[in-house]
Parts: sequence; C-alpha cells; structure tokens
Amino acid sequence: MQSQEAIKPHETLLDAEEMVLNMGPQHPSTHGVLRVILKLDGETVTDLDCDIGYLHRGVEKIAEHDTYQMITPYWDRLDYVAAVSNDLCYVEGVEKLLQVEVPRRAQYLRVALTELQRIASHLLWLGTHAIDIGAVTVLLYCFREREEILKIFEDFIGARLTAHAFRIGGLQWDAYPEFVDRVKEFLKMMPTRIDEYETLLNSNRIWLSRTVGIGVLSAEDAINLSLTGPVLRGSGVKYDIRKAQPYAAYADFDFEIPVGENGDTYDRYLCRMAEMRQSLSIIEQALDGLPEGPVMAKVPKIIKPPVGEIYHSIEAPKGEIGVYLVSDGTGKPYRMRIRPPSYINLQALKKMSIGHLVADVVAIIGTIDIVLGEVDR
Amino acid sequence: MTAILSTLLLVAPQWVREYLTKEKQPNVFWSEYIVWPLIQIIVVLFIILTLVAYLVYLERKVSAFMQARLGPMRVGPWGLLQPAADGLKLLLKEDIIPIKADKAIFQLAPIIAVVAALVVLAVVPWGAGWGTIANVNIGLLFILAVSSVAVLGLVLAGWSSNSKYSLLGALRSSAQMLSYEIGMGLSIIGALMFARTLSMNGIVEAQRADGVWYFFFQPLGFLVYVICALGETNRAPFDLPEAESELVAGYHTEYSGFRWALFFMAEYTAMIVTSSIAVTLYLGGWSFPGLSLIEKSSPNLFVFLSIVIFATKVMVLIYAFMWIRWTWPRYRYDQLMEIGWKWMIPAGLANIVMTAIWYVLALPSTKASLPDFLKFFLRFNFMKDVSGRLVPTQWAGVIYFVATGFLITVPMVWALLAAINRRSNDFNLDEQRQLQFKLRRERLKKMENAEAAE
Repeated sequence: MQSQEAIKPHETLLDAEEMVLNMGPQHPSTHGVLRVILKLDGETVTDLDCDIGYLHRGVEKIAEHDTYQMITPYWDRLDYVAAVSNDLCYVEGVEKLLQVEVPRRAQYLRVALTELQRIASHLLWLGTHAIDIGAVTVLLYCFREREEILKIFEDFIGARLTAHAFRIGGLQWDAYPEFVDRVKEFLKMMPTRIDEYETLLNSNRIWLSRTVGIGVLSAEDAINLSLTGPVLRGSGVKYDIRKAQPYAAYADFDFEIPVGENGDTYDRYLCRMAEMRQSLSIIEQALDGLPEGPVMAKVPKIIKPPVGEIYHSIEAPKGEIGVYLVSDGTGKPYRMRIRPPSYINLQALKKMSIGHLVADVVAIIGTIDIVLGEVDR
Repeated sequence: MTAILSTLLLVAPQWVREYLTKEKQPNVFWSEYIVWPLIQIIVVLFIILTLVAYLVYLERKVSAFMQARLGPMRVGPWGLLQPAADGLKLLLKEDIIPIKADKAIFQLAPIIAVVAALVVLAVVPWGAGWGTIANVNIGLLFILAVSSVAVLGLVLAGWSSNSKYSLLGALRSSAQMLSYEIGMGLSIIGALMFARTLSMNGIVEAQRADGVWYFFFQPLGFLVYVICALGETNRAPFDLPEAESELVAGYHTEYSGFRWALFFMAEYTAMIVTSSIAVTLYLGGWSFPGLSLIEKSSPNLFVFLSIVIFATKVMVLIYAFMWIRWTWPRYRYDQLMEIGWKWMIPAGLANIVMTAIWYVLALPSTKASLPDFLKFFLRFNFMKDVSGRLVPTQWAGVIYFVATGFLITVPMVWALLAAINRRSNDFNLDEQRQLQFKLRRERLKKMENAEAAE
C-alpha cells in the first residue's frame, strides 16, 4: 500500500502531472551553455538542477604546465566580460608569492582600469538582465557606453575583450598621453547615462512587478551559501574585499559599499547601479591622485617564486575571485586553484527559484550574473 | 507622371463599372459582385501583404532609431529592399518538419492562422464608398468571430510540433488570447451604444453624424480596447507566447522557412486589423474634419483621401504599438492573467454600465421621471431625434458625454478596481502556490518518515 502511494506523481491542484523541461544548453537566456533541468507544475518550478561543464577547458591543469607569465592570458578567458579584473587577481597573487612591491603609479592605473572594467561588466549584466525580462532597448544603450570603455582599453592595452592588461610586477606600458582626458570625458558622460537607464527601469511598473520579491535570499542563506559580490550585498551583508582586505591602492580611496535590504532581484539591481556610481568616483580619485614614477617593478625575466603557497582574492564585478597558488620553487606553479565567483553564486539558483515561474528563473539567472567561462573553467 | 497615375487611380473604379455594364446594361451582377470585388480583393491583399513586409522593416527601423542604431542599411537605399530579400530567403529555405511532429496538423496550422487574419480584411472600411470591399451589416461581429479562429492555428501549431517549448507557448497564447478577447469584446460595447450599428461603415458614418470621434465619449473603452488589443495580438508587453528569453520562440519554435513567415504575416496582419478596429470605433475611421467638403464635388478624390486618412491613423496606432514594445519589459504569465481578468474585464463591464447610465440619463424620455436634484442637469437637451435615431446634440450633448466619460467614468472605475484588487490580493496565486508547496513538503516528509519507519 505504501509503495503505491509513493509511485503516484505528486498531487497538484488539478491532479496534473509534473513536466520536466530542459532549459539550455542552447537557450537564449542561460547566458552561455548552462543547462538547467526544471521540474514544472504548470509553469511553477518545483525542482531544479544545473548541469554545467559544457565549457570546461581545464585551465587549472593547463596552468601546471605553463610558466607564470604564460598563465595570465588564460585568466582573461575565465570571466571574459571582466578580463582586467581577473588579471589583477592572478597578477597580484604571483606578486604576493614573489614579494614584489608594485610601483604606486602602476597600482593607481590598475585601480582605474579595474573599476572601468567593473562598469563595463555591470553594463553587460544590466543589458542582458533587462533583455531577459523583455526590455530590449536597455541592452543597446548599455552597449553604447560599454563601447567607450572598450575603446579606452583598446588604446591602452591593445585588446578589447580578453585584454591581458597587467604584467607580473606592474604594467607593460605607461598610460598613453590622452588616457586621463579620455577617461575624464567618460566620467563626465556616464552619470547622465546611468540616469537614463534608471529612468527606463527604476520606477517602471512592469520592471517592478518582475523584480520585486523575486528570488529572495536572506542574509543568512547568502552567507551560508558563501555568496559574494552584489548577490551577497543585495541581501544586506556589507562585505566588500576592497574594504575588508584592501588590495592594490584601494586603501587610499574613499567610497561607499551599497547594500540592499530585501535580498530580492530589484535590490540586487539597485545595488549594482549604485556600485557603478561608486566606481566612477573611485576612478576619478585614482586619476586625480595619479602619482608619477615607473609602472614596472624589478622582476626577473624567469620567475621562480620561493617554495610556498598563497591565497589572494579581489572583488571582481561578480564577487570574490581568488587564486590559490602553490609554488615548488620551479618556473611553473605546482598547483593553481581558482575560486570562481560565478560558480559559487550559481549554487543559489535552486534556493532562489523554487516556487517561482519559469519566467522568474530567467530573471534569477540574470540577477546572479554568471559567465559560463568562469563557471566551467 | 503623378497626374497620370492619380487619374488612373481615381478613374479606375468608375471605368470598370462602365466597361462592364455598357453591354449588359440590365445585369449588374458581374460587375457589382464578381469583377469589382475581385479587383478590390487583389488590390487589398497586394497592398496589405506588401505593407506587412514593410511593417517588419518599419519595426526594425523604429527599434533601431530608438536604440541608437541604424537598422537595415545594406539591401537597397536605406535597406528599403530588405523585406524583399527576407521574403525571398524565407521562400528558398529548406522546409523542415520535425520527425515526431503530427505532419498534417503541422502543415495546416500556419494556414489557419494566416487565413483567419486575412479574411477579416474584407470588412475593414479602408475608405468611403468603393474603399470598402464588403459593407456587412454585422461587420464588427464578423471580425471578432473570425479573428478568434486564429487561436486555433496557434494551439494546433504548438500541439503538433511535439516540443515542450512549443506546447508551453501554445498553452500560454491560447489562454492569453481567450482572456483578452473577452475584455476586448466588452470594451467595444460602449462605443456601439453610441453608434447603434455593427456595420463598420455605419460606425464611421455615426461618428460623422455626431460630429465627434468616439474616443472622446469612450476614453475608458478606448484604453481597455488598446490594452486588450496588445494582449490579443501578442505584442509587448504581453508578448509571452513568443517570449524569446523564456520559451525560445513559443508556439512557432519548430517552424522555419515560409511556414514561419506565415505566422509572422498573421501576427502583423492581426496588428493592422486590431488597429483598424480601434481607428474605426474610436478615432473616426476614414473621416476627418473638413473632408466632407469635397464629398459632392469630387467623389473619387474624396474616397482616395479617405483611404489615405484611414491608413495614416492606423499607422500612427501601429507606431504607438512599436513604441511600447521597444520601451517596456515583459509581464509575467500570472501578472498578465491578473491584468486580463482583474482589470480589463471588470473595467470593460463597468464601462458598459456607466455608459448606459449616462446614456439613459440623457434620454429625453427619462427626464420626467427623474428626481429633482438630477433635473438640474437635464435642463439642456442632450439628445435629439435625427430621422428616427437619437444622437447627441451638437454641443450640449457632446460636452455632457465627454465630461462624464473623462471626469467621472475613468477615475471612478479606476478607484473602484484599485480598491477591489487590493482586497483580492489576499486570494492571489502567490499565496495559493505557497500553501500548495507547504502541503507538498509536509506530505513528502510524512512519506519519508514512513519509509524510515519501515
């Protein structure tokens, strides 16, 4: 008798059967090759599972066969919409291992570039998040501004997307003459553009009804899931590595950490918008106080760090990106482990989605802001 | 060149009639019922299908300009030949039918959708006189009846594709279109009370006789109609059936090539049709202040201008649809249903009741039986008898109906629905869902406990 009860599909309002729906890996709104297996009752999600690994390249293993300089470009391809931030994490990790002091000027320029990259990443997030919810035009506006940032990168670094911005010990080149002026121009334009996005979305009834109360995550849950970045701060936890363990030159700058209250999709949206404004102010401070001097420390051509291990992490646009490096004294790392923020934040998807509709799952994937290059590594 | 063209265009209908009736003077059957309608049908179909192709172009251009882009620019000057290139491409594409699909129904579905959309064009009053193909006396009813057949096409498409995304899309679209059709049907009744006819041309004539577009009498009706029309034609913010980010492409996920183009065509034709009804009912159709001056002197020019005016009004409305689509996010499925059932349908019903009250109060026969404090308002003559039908008097009546519509009906219904819907939030889907999950969790726990006990 017991078993018969168990075999019967879970009872629903109309005694209908549950349906299993495969969302992805080829799906317009899974932001890459994420496969989400949804169990649906009507359109309500009752269970959910993520299938990842479609983009696995084995970066951590590759690193064991490459010299320290050769590994940096692989970091560009982790979170490929925030390559500069990734570079900073790895490069600072190796510098920590080598115990190299990076010149002040290089540190300030690194901060400026990383914050520009944070804005670019948040712009891409905003555009894709909005397009998932149906507001198509925001994406194009975001790309318009992102293009300006990418142009600045192109002239400074030589590449737009996978930038390979930093070298171990500093920067390859000093800033080109017009760099400061161009960034200042961008800083002047950007606040009005952020206002423009907010006009489109902030008080839009449809936007509110699609984001308020969707994917609510309590502060406790967020901490227990070890989430970081805006997803954590949206739940009201004031944790930002830039303040908690200042790296590069962040200790010199004055900025706020925006936090949400309710931990829903709308709060995370507001958080990121506020973060963009904070980034603008950080860039301005970095450019105003830009010290003179060299941009490259004295680093040997062949890097052979002393035997030891370090963990270094920075606040990437998506959360805490960390590197754990073990050196055995040779020119290649014995082990390199990446702490990918997207991968860990993605674990919150199930908790956030159950009980919502299919349409909300799309919004929640958007709000977590994942990049599959980083999730699968 | 232009002169020749316009002469040809304006003289053509007369010429056809004269040519066909010259020899068989007594029998006008062929000219009146076969040849001339056939010409009209071919012309209308040709124009509409071209228009549909160019609406796609327009949509792309409008969206591009709103999004700081250029849109199609490569094929022809300013990309003007893009629709032709697209059409050709779609025709030449491989015709794919999924192996697991129900072949016959799969092939039938787009035909049903497009035919339902095209048949309606017969009774749309494109213009005065020969500008209309068929002046059916139940024109509006015909349009509503036939256009609701389109749902069948979508449902069949979703079902026969044998794909989950298609099925979900079809489920959504059928529920959505059926719900919004009710609101749409209710919203137009108010305007029909003033028009006293279901004939599309009759409604336009009634607005000419009353001297006012019914939008001014029926602001609430117009609002409800336009919102429902967006829902009915699956346009943003109600474009859930084809919500790209959720369901890939909804009911036509598995379609490609020309079958897909048929669905596309049906969608844009439906857009034209719903806009045409809105224009006919609320925005005076082909009429325009001052247009009747040339009605007697040059009838063909009059008809030609009326067609141009009608087309302009329709295009303005379609532009508004596009504007909405490229500005707003999309509603969620349950929110869409809530708007349909909790707002649009009650608002449509309330609009009927309110309109009826204002109408009855204005009737001359009501005057005698009214209490004293209401009689004050009825010192004016709001309605007058014109050849057997009551119409609002030129200024007192018009001002009375406009004022009651804008100042009383709209705010009152709004306030009423807001109050009711706030109360009804206690019973909304969300709580039901939560309760359902709670119950299920408890049941699962009980089962687990029982298993553990074993």
